[in-house]
Amino acid sequence: MRFPTVTSPHLTPPHSVGRVMTQVILALIPATIAATWYFGWGVLINIGIAVTTALACEAVMLTLRRRPLPPALGDLSAVVAAWLFALTLPPLVPWWIAVIGIAFAMVFAKHLYGGLGYNPFNPAMVGFVVVLLSFPRELSLWTIPAVLAEQRLGFTDYLNAIFLGHLPAGLTWDALTSATPLDRVRTELGMNRTLDEIRENPFFGDFSGRGWEWVGNWYLLGGLWLAYRRVIDWRIPLAVLLSLCALAAAFHLFDPGRFASPAFHLFSGAAIVGAFFIATDPVTASTTPRGRLIYGAGIGVLIYVIRTWGGYAEGVAFAVLLMNMAAPTIDHYTRPRVFGTRRGERDAP
Amino acid sequence: MPPTPRHHALSTATPRIPLHRFHGGLHLEGHKAVSTQDPILRLPLPERLILPLRQHIGEAAEPLVKPGERVFKGQILARGGSFVSAALHAPTSGRVAAIGDYPVPHPSGLSAHCIVLECDGEDDWGEHRLPPIEDHHDLDPVRLRARVREAGIVGMGGAAFPTAVKLAPRGEQRIHTLILNGAECEPYISCDDMLMREHATQVIEGAKILRHALKPERCLIGIEDDKPQAIAALRAALAGPEYNDANTDEEIDGIRIVPLPAHYPTGGERQLIYVLTGLEVPAQGLPADVGVVCQNVGTAAAVYRAVTLGEPLISRIVTVTGGGIAHPRNVEVPLGTPVATLVEAAGGYTHQVSRLILGGPMMGFTIASDEVPIVKGSNCVLAVTADELPARGPTLPCIRCGECVRVCPADLLPQQLYWYARAQDFDQAQNHHLFACIECGCCAYVCPSNIPLVQYFRFAKNEIWSQERERHKSDLARRRHEFRQERMAREEREKAERLAKKKAALETAPAGADEDPKKAAIQAALERVRARKAADEGGETPTDAGDAGRTHQD
Ligand code: SF4
Ligand code: SF4
Repeated sequence: MRFPTVTSPHLTPPHSVGRVMTQVILALIPATIAATWYFGWGVLINIGIAVTTALACEAVMLTLRRRPLPPALGDLSAVVAAWLFALTLPPLVPWWIAVIGIAFAMVFAKHLYGGLGYNPFNPAMVGFVVVLLSFPRELSLWTIPAVLAEQRLGFTDYLNAIFLGHLPAGLTWDALTSATPLDRVRTELGMNRTLDEIRENPFFGDFSGRGWEWVGNWYLLGGLWLAYRRVIDWRIPLAVLLSLCALAAAFHLFDPGRFASPAFHLFSGAAIVGAFFIATDPVTASTTPRGRLIYGAGIGVLIYVIRTWGGYAEGVAFAVLLMNMAAPTIDHYTRPRVFGTRRGERDAP
Repeated sequence: MPPTPRHHALSTATPRIPLHRFHGGLHLEGHKAVSTQDPILRLPLPERLILPLRQHIGEAAEPLVKPGERVFKGQILARGGSFVSAALHAPTSGRVAAIGDYPVPHPSGLSAHCIVLECDGEDDWGEHRLPPIEDHHDLDPVRLRARVREAGIVGMGGAAFPTAVKLAPRGEQRIHTLILNGAECEPYISCDDMLMREHATQVIEGAKILRHALKPERCLIGIEDDKPQAIAALRAALAGPEYNDANTDEEIDGIRIVPLPAHYPTGGERQLIYVLTGLEVPAQGLPADVGVVCQNVGTAAAVYRAVTLGEPLISRIVTVTGGGIAHPRNVEVPLGTPVATLVEAAGGYTHQVSRLILGGPMMGFTIASDEVPIVKGSNCVLAVTADELPARGPTLPCIRCGECVRVCPADLLPQQLYWYARAQDFDQAQNHHLFACIECGCCAYVCPSNIPLVQYFRFAKNEIWSQERERHKSDLARRRHEFRQERMAREEREKAERLAKKKAALETAPAGADEDPKKAAIQAALERVRARKAADEGGETPTDAGDAGRTHQD
């Protein structure tokens, strides 16, 4: 009898890229629902725009590069990147900003480097930084969280606002939007107010901005689940959050009036989503166990430094991109000692 | 940052020897029970046996028989070519039908030199048993090694490394621990399990013979704890049936039976040594470098049979299993029996059979035809269905997820090695210790991108080896050339000297009439002989160097 031949191992793998990405998407769902609840339908509409654009760009690029569509489109990595990118956008941002950002990410940050697995920079963060630098004003206008807002827009209102730029009669942008907690703290600290004074505003909740801190909790939940399922390596989020908190705590103790508390840093902006979902993007992170600790710690430190002394209120995207650049070097210097060898030894065949 | 400590002693209620855990590895489902329901079946002799000359790691054996010759059971058919090689014996009596190229069980699927034996059904030993050694409880190592070599014994766990080589001393290093490997960690395979259950005495006696010869401080038999019957049988063989306390690994007669947590690849030699002793065999070395000798339990049984019964290695136990087999079981067959015969004995194929694998599902290789013979290292014939082991999906790019790093028992960075192997950057691959890879397949198993990592590593190793061989060859050619140049120059010089001498002799002869011209002539002749001898001796060196490529160490 004749049989086909293939190489070992013959046991079929328990994972696949598609499965990994599906789990990431599942883990994002609670936070997505929370964000939609607090910040409006715009969150979902942005995700829809970004995902559609990403898949379209991916298909076009694969065709141009003469690669087969099904395995690459089915791996869902484009969906994850687009989803994360969309979550970083303010819910009322004009549609073309989302399109430009994710298209740039897919075409330049992913496919021109050779596609999935070869991109040195996290595509979602590249897309975000591009639109942040190009359209700073639009990117600073976040909707007021539901708990504080007097006016809530319906789904069609959002569609009109995002696609046509029309607001319902009698409403102004100012009435609907405000700065992020990080922006606010930054601006008001610049006006020489102390943190205690700033935080008296009802805008702030227990740790950070109202609404913001709750969305953060849901990200945390999804992230912990991913770490538990071993979809992501616990080392990276732990290192990011620990180093961020450690720095924040040190400075907060030194001058509580000028430096926000660790809890504020943790639950503001993109710290948690960044630690669990963005820094853990395997392609652009470090791959060695010790390297991942260093990589994560580097991101945490940079987030704090940029937030506190940098030119931007939020530093997650820049921190991740900077550490992406350092990842190959970190990998090189953190290679584990191979079984039965001494460090620095070389093989003879 | 110091390397993470590797010594986690497992604590249990009763005191046992401390076990160590290696990095990575996998928990795999065993699938072993299906093939252990029935006792080992001895198959009747087939009509024809196909015996590859190379059933082991190392050089092919050199045939000692001619087509047409009648041979007895146990008669030597081919002798070990060099130090790392193994002899081959007739598994039964019959006639040598042919010596030529036949398909052999090898991943390449190519043919190789084989002796074809037509069995006569007599199974007649004639005078060809090796003389049994009576005083085997006090065998000296040299004699043991000679017998093991004579009997053509190789590692029975699958790698088929010549056992005599492993028993050879390495420099000054004393052997302090003898380990018998009964871990059998790869799914589906159960031949060692069945051997231990049914021939426990052979294993224990084999262990004692090895122990008496090697004089280690201790002897450990490591068995994964999913084989309770095998553990009980060995315990009974070691200390009598009443000794059956499963919760101890108490030492009896210098031998300890140590149950191990089932964890793939605990049965890998380096991993097993680490689990039992905490010692790391150097990536470029042998267990003897750290004072350990490790033998498979099947090898120990073969040693016992060779020493006390004078039987060379001519048969083995093979597991025939998988969803593609009607009645999975273990069979004992003469070497050279075609795989198809084993399958038939196990009830034949089921309708859904889709792949035929020799070895286990992690390290075995697929064979295209069931006509290939069982060889010394064949431990399992695995016929699987598409449901059981579905074909792998399409290969995607590496997403650097690090799963492979997490499971690699050699602490390698497989994704990095993959990168270098693919780019054919063999230098970097070696810097990253490609050769420490034991090809266990853990990395490829967990890879979400379905990358056949092990295939890349084998490819890179083969490339490096062949480059090495090329370099060696050209070195040799260069040396030979240089030597020839040198010899020619020397001959020129000597010729010139001789001429000069002759001339001088002629010139001085008339003057020195008292000098005996005969004596001078003899002197000159002696001179010539000496010169030629020197030239000849030198001339032999290149041929010697030509052989230096092989490892003459014994
Ligand atoms: S498991 Fe596969 S995809 Fe993941 S890092 Fe290793 S080679 Fe790359
Ligand atoms: S096959 Fe080699 S690289 Fe892969 S896990 Fe096993 S030892 Fe590590």
